[in-house]
Amino acid sequence: MIGLSAYLTLAALVFSIGLFGVLTRRNAVGILLGIELMLNAVNINLVAFARFSGNVTGLVFTLFTIAITVAEVAVGLAIVIAIFRVRRTVEADRLDLLRG
Amino acid sequence: MAPSIGLPLAVLALPFIAFVLLAVAAPLRRAGRAAGLVSILTMALAFAAALTVWARGLVFEATWTWIPADGGPIASVGLMVDSLSQAMLVLVTLVSLLVQIYSLAYLHDEPPASLGRYYTYQSLFAFSMLGLVLAPGFLQMFIFWELVGLCSYLLIGYWYERPAAARAAVKAFWITKLGDVGFIIGIVLLWSATGTFEFTELFDKAQSVSGLPLIMFLIYLGAVGKSAQFPLHVWLPDAMEGPTPVSALIHAATMVTAGVFMVTRAEPLFALVPEVLTLIAWVGAFTALLAATMACVEGDIKRVLAYSTVSQLGYMMAAAGAGAAQAGFLHLLTHGLFKALLFLAAGAVIHAVGTNDVFRMGGLFRAMPHTGIVFIVGTLALAGVPPLAGFFSKEAVLGGVWEAHLTGPFLMLALTALLTAFYMFRVVFIAFFGRAHAGGHPHEAPWLMRGPLWILALLTVLVGLRLAAGGLAAGGVEGHEEAPGWLAPLSVGLALAGFLLAWAMYQRGVIEPARVATALGPLDFMARRRYGLDTLYAGLYRGIMLGFSRLIGWIDRYLVDGLLNVLSALTLRAGARLRGIQSGKAQDYVYGVAFGVLLLIVWAQLWR
Repeated sequence: MIGLSAYLTLAALVFSIGLFGVLTRRNAVGILLGIELMLNAVNINLVAFARFSGNVTGLVFTLFTIAITVAEVAVGLAIVIAIFRVRRTVEADRLDLLRG
Repeated sequence: MAPSIGLPLAVLALPFIAFVLLAVAAPLRRAGRAAGLVSILTMALAFAAALTVWARGLVFEATWTWIPADGGPIASVGLMVDSLSQAMLVLVTLVSLLVQIYSLAYLHDEPPASLGRYYTYQSLFAFSMLGLVLAPGFLQMFIFWELVGLCSYLLIGYWYERPAAARAAVKAFWITKLGDVGFIIGIVLLWSATGTFEFTELFDKAQSVSGLPLIMFLIYLGAVGKSAQFPLHVWLPDAMEGPTPVSALIHAATMVTAGVFMVTRAEPLFALVPEVLTLIAWVGAFTALLAATMACVEGDIKRVLAYSTVSQLGYMMAAAGAGAAQAGFLHLLTHGLFKALLFLAAGAVIHAVGTNDVFRMGGLFRAMPHTGIVFIVGTLALAGVPPLAGFFSKEAVLGGVWEAHLTGPFLMLALTALLTAFYMFRVVFIAFFGRAHAGGHPHEAPWLMRGPLWILALLTVLVGLRLAAGGLAAGGVEGHEEAPGWLAPLSVGLALAGFLLAWAMYQRGVIEPARVATALGPLDFMARRRYGLDTLYAGLYRGIMLGFSRLIGWIDRYLVDGLLNVLSALTLRAGARLRGIQSGKAQDYVYGVAFGVLLLIVWAQLWR
């Protein structure tokens, strides 16, 4: 029998990989992929806790998260495309509009 | 509080009201002559009040708490009316009144706005001088002391467009300040030792003060600056750049005598320190002699009178130093009358011929007999010819100095008496009787100017007669000390000798002035160069003062400013570094957030 800690370790690994991707990818699409990984790590956590505590709420919550993730990806990609149209690039290094 | 307090208060308040009125009401001030009339009217009222105070012989002291504190007030203000201040009140208001009337004609050609400014200063000066005279304590005296100094500065620099006048004003201000620094330090030291500024309390407490000689010496320094004693006398001749009536009022009759007045007022304190008194006597006598020699070679009529004033102030100080402050004070009063007369008469002459140089005057007696007569009256009084006012006071001074066994100062003062007669008659002979070569057509001054001259001349004679009849008892001033019998013939003889010498040299031409100058070569040379004192001060100023200023400037520019510049540069550089953090890239921010969360987790784990 695989214990809870194994699931949590897997989730932490996936989260870390996603964070690493978000921080290091130059391409905006890659960053979006990293965010997906982080979100799914959370999903794994939710499902694992739901399974081990015998509570179905976590499963239902996960379904909502997946749906929201899809919407978020749609919005994120739309933003990326909009940026590409204006700036002719999706390189993250070039996108420094937040600079004061 | 005395019921009669209103009168002295009125004397003090009237000029102040005039000053405030003229200072605030600009249209009135710019009207010129109207401003003068306001000032003269209030001055006349103040004079009447002062006369009443004197005639009634009011004596009282009224003080009000000024700076209250736990355990008694720190300082108070008030009025101190006694025989000293009565006499000074009359002198100050009288000379102020006459000078202000005289100025109306003398400054006739001034633009109205300037004339209004002049009378504003005059009113302020009268107020300040009266406040000084009435001061019951050192602190109030010091405040008014500085105020008269300020008025002197303003009035010397009345023609401030002239560089010489502006320079002379600044010079007078700074050199008197040099003495005033000592004055204020002395006052504060005295206060810290006794806890009071009031004269009457000080007279009781000063006995037990340690270090009193030093304190009194510092206070005396104030008088050295104000009363133009050696070595701070150099400002007074330069102060002649101001209008002549100003010289008559401030630099002959009133302000410069403030030092003598202060020493007289604080006489019980000075009496406790004989060593300082001796110093005062020696410095006074030396000043008298030194200034007299410079007056003998001066060609500018006003500067001759200025050196003569310095010389006579030396007389007064010497008397105060000899413990005969009353004699000095008597000389102050009589000198105030006849020196104001001489200055105003000199002003009339300058007004007529348009120059200060006596060698460009001559034969003026025929053209302006009135001025000539009053000038000669003043000269006789100054030379000490009986029965004019100057004779008695000068004899009292000489007697006092002799009584104190100060042989050195006595000899110097006796020699000065000779020189005084000499240089004054020198001016009389050259300007009034010499061959007529004055440019233009000298004419008698208008009555507005002649009136004050005659009044002063009459007073000089009357006061002299009154003194001859037995002392100014009504003024409360004790007559002359018991002097040895040979003193009066001696002082008359000296005056006569000076007169004859001047007559022989400048009227008969028996003795060539040039040959005398050659015979007294080094002395003549030094006196003409004012004993190099002005040059010395200028050198000291340029070398030490400006050098020191440059050093301070360097420290300020490179050390103080440098420190601040380093600080600001560090701040700027740190800012530039920190700016790199705000890259504007979302990834960097996320990195920061992730790193921060990580730190928080580590922290939470370690400190659990």
